[in-house]
Amino acid sequence: MARTTFEEISAADFFYRNRDIAGFTNPTRAIFASVRELVENSLDAAESLKVPPDIYVRLSYANETDKETNVFRLRIKDNGLGVPPRHIPSAFGQVLYGSKYKPKQQRGTFGLGGKMAILYGQITTHQPARIISSTGMSKIYSYKLRIDIQRNRPLILDRKVLINKERWRGTIVEFSLEGDYSRAMPKILEYFKQTAMVNPYANLTFVDPKGRLYKFTRVTEEMPDPPKETLPHPYGVDVELLQRLIHVTTFRNMSDFLKNHFHRIGEITAKKFLEFSNISPSKNPKRLSHEEVVRLMRMLKEFREFLPPNASCLSPLGEKLLKAGISKELKPEFIAVHQRRPSTYAGHPFIVEVAIAYGGEIPRKGSFLIYRFANRIPLLYDEASDVSTTVINSMNWRRYKVTPDMPIAIATHICSTKIPYKTVGKEFIADRPEVRREIANGLREVARSLQRFLTRREHVSRDRKRLDIFSKYLPKIAEFSTQLAGKEKNPDIKKLLRSVKKFGT
Amino acid sequence: MIERKKEVIASLENLGLQIYEQIDTGYFPSIEMPSRSTENIRYDPQIRQYILGDRKVRRHTRNIRHIRPFTQLVWTALFSRELTSHRKTSTLRDVYYSAQAYEMKFTDQQESNNIITDLETVLGLSREDFNIFPEERSAVFGDLTIEYTVPGYEGKTLNLTSHPDGVMIGPALTSSEFVSTTADKVIAIEKGGLFTRFVEENVHEKFNSLLVLTAGQAPRATRHFIRRLSRELDIPVYIFTDGDPWGMHIAMVIISGSANAAHLRKLTTPDAKWSGVWATDIVNYKLPTDPLDEVDIKRLYELQRDPRYKDPLWQREIKTFLKIRKKAEQEAFSRYGLTYIVDEYLPTKLEETK
Repeated sequence: MARTTFEEISAADFFYRNRDIAGFTNPTRAIFASVRELVENSLDAAESLKVPPDIYVRLSYANETDKETNVFRLRIKDNGLGVPPRHIPSAFGQVLYGSKYKPKQQRGTFGLGGKMAILYGQITTHQPARIISSTGMSKIYSYKLRIDIQRNRPLILDRKVLINKERWRGTIVEFSLEGDYSRAMPKILEYFKQTAMVNPYANLTFVDPKGRLYKFTRVTEEMPDPPKETLPHPYGVDVELLQRLIHVTTFRNMSDFLKNHFHRIGEITAKKFLEFSNISPSKNPKRLSHEEVVRLMRMLKEFREFLPPNASCLSPLGEKLLKAGISKELKPEFIAVHQRRPSTYAGHPFIVEVAIAYGGEIPRKGSFLIYRFANRIPLLYDEASDVSTTVINSMNWRRYKVTPDMPIAIATHICSTKIPYKTVGKEFIADRPEVRREIANGLREVARSLQRFLTRREHVSRDRKRLDIFSKYLPKIAEFSTQLAGKEKNPDIKKLLRSVKKFGT
Repeated sequence: MIERKKEVIASLENLGLQIYEQIDTGYFPSIEMPSRSTENIRYDPQIRQYILGDRKVRRHTRNIRHIRPFTQLVWTALFSRELTSHRKTSTLRDVYYSAQAYEMKFTDQQESNNIITDLETVLGLSREDFNIFPEERSAVFGDLTIEYTVPGYEGKTLNLTSHPDGVMIGPALTSSEFVSTTADKVIAIEKGGLFTRFVEENVHEKFNSLLVLTAGQAPRATRHFIRRLSRELDIPVYIFTDGDPWGMHIAMVIISGSANAAHLRKLTTPDAKWSGVWATDIVNYKLPTDPLDEVDIKRLYELQRDPRYKDPLWQREIKTFLKIRKKAEQEAFSRYGLTYIVDEYLPTKLEETK
């Protein structure tokens, strides 16, 4: 009889076995995902200091003499805030360790991506990773490390401390990985282009294995306000979160507990809520029984008087920057942008921003170009499943005089403390009714602007055409009729042409 | 004829003056003319031809869709004035090409033909009046002496028996004056083969007649010419066509005109007679026949309802065609020998339709 064996695996081991769910499905996706995860970490690192990001990415053949192998060396350098030396090994060598587990808007959400890239490099090439970082103080720290997959711990192979004469600040990550660049290339380039669209204040440089340089230059130094950390909103909590808060809290009564650990609960709201849920304000939260905690969670969700979360924890791009970013990459003839007011789904605040661009360098391809962004990162896969695509396809565009054969690009940007992704790979956004409504309303707004533009343009061109026709034929009529009538001088047609002009142009 | 040309030039110049003055007083020029749409075409039993009703249309240069045809119309009027006053002639095809020299390109021949028809409607004159002719193919033969009025030939005379192939009914002939004739009738013939046979068999002498070859559907110049023969010489006209609905209609258009020419007068010869080949001739002379096909039969039903065909003779023949379901060509008489048609059939029918 077979015996079932039980064992525990580490987080690193789990992702090693299930790397598909983080987007490292195959050599093509893996190389794309590695670039992307590290670029996003770098953007976050620069933005948290409110410094316009300068990011340099180089992908090269690991072995210059033998270009047949699929092993690449990836190096990413940023001007972000740097990692304090004691956190470097864990931040890069331990899965699910990081600074991103707070309810505020960030690109990464799981603290997983960068380490997955390094983990993937390690399992495909067996090479250690090199991390160099400085917070701009007097020293630069350089680590050579490996992930101990079974124990989910960093293994430090080498550590150097260098003098930081020039007070450089930032992080360099360099490691080897297996991949298929020729296939991944279109996606990687598209990724940089779209990243540049929603980060118009960033300089992105990419050198590919063939030595080709791609540069995306910033058009502004202006950056959106960074998000503030917030407390959890009562509508979004679950029992686990309540248990943790009860565990760590220093407050001895329910009233203070609610006021200090939750967003949008003040003195009066706390009092009203405790009356509503029939809980004594003086009750010590640590004394709540398990059943009472479950009941508390249910009550928090049922109480109708909590204000929706405010959006200070969000950092939308803003209409001006969105416009600048899209204009710089697509050079359209016309662009309209719109930012919706903050809204919430399941206790998570979110803001939708949309843009519609027409003409210029946008190609006609028989359908709209759709650019989807979430927390300022582009989503490049599974476009058909995304909520934005659903909304765009269900809109009645003819109402706005818009047809799919026009050169039109549509961009949607959703920022939230928790983007409703459907997968860990951050590919597409789930169809939440609240999100769908905001996208639809935003699109209607910009579609109206586009319609006004198209109508005006049509009028102008129609008027110009009219004038052309009148200017072509009226002089001939004048000339022929003069000859026919046997007159000497042509009649004056200026007055007639003037009256044509005043139709609009 | 010269008087007529002066009138034509005057009305063309008047059109130019009308447009000139509208522009000069600060108005977008416009021209009014009778509508040629089918709803405005009706049959006038009094003058026995189609005419245009009271509906008018206005070509207005304020209207972006009208301004191009309007310009073409004025250009065509100017072109016609030049032709007429220099006493030159031109074909429809010439007009189409000449326009290109003035950056007035017509899209196709049809467009230029339409503009000429517009000009006809505006002026109430036919294009032959302002010296624009279609390609000619019809001819006349017989004892008629004419005097030319075209430049270089003024005063010269010609007897129309001078050439056995007949004399082409072209601009020079249609603008000539009739001097003298011994003929007492006109025989119009649909087909060239029979026309030649008639000339060879001396029909013009035996029957004292002028022979006109219509060569299928008679061109407007020929219809006008037949009318002039009938009016000016005061002699009857007999028409011989194939024995089918199409031949019948060739005769009818000479007699009562076509809907396409409803804006024009003086093209019809209402007293002309259709002398054959009738459906009843097919029966009586036991002619070799072909069966009527679907298109023929459809055409017969159309003709049956046509107001021009309300006369008992026509109705009878249509009914007979529909009954026997057969048609016969003029050449079918050759069955009885080449001269049978001249010796037997022709005198009988001339007598019958007198």
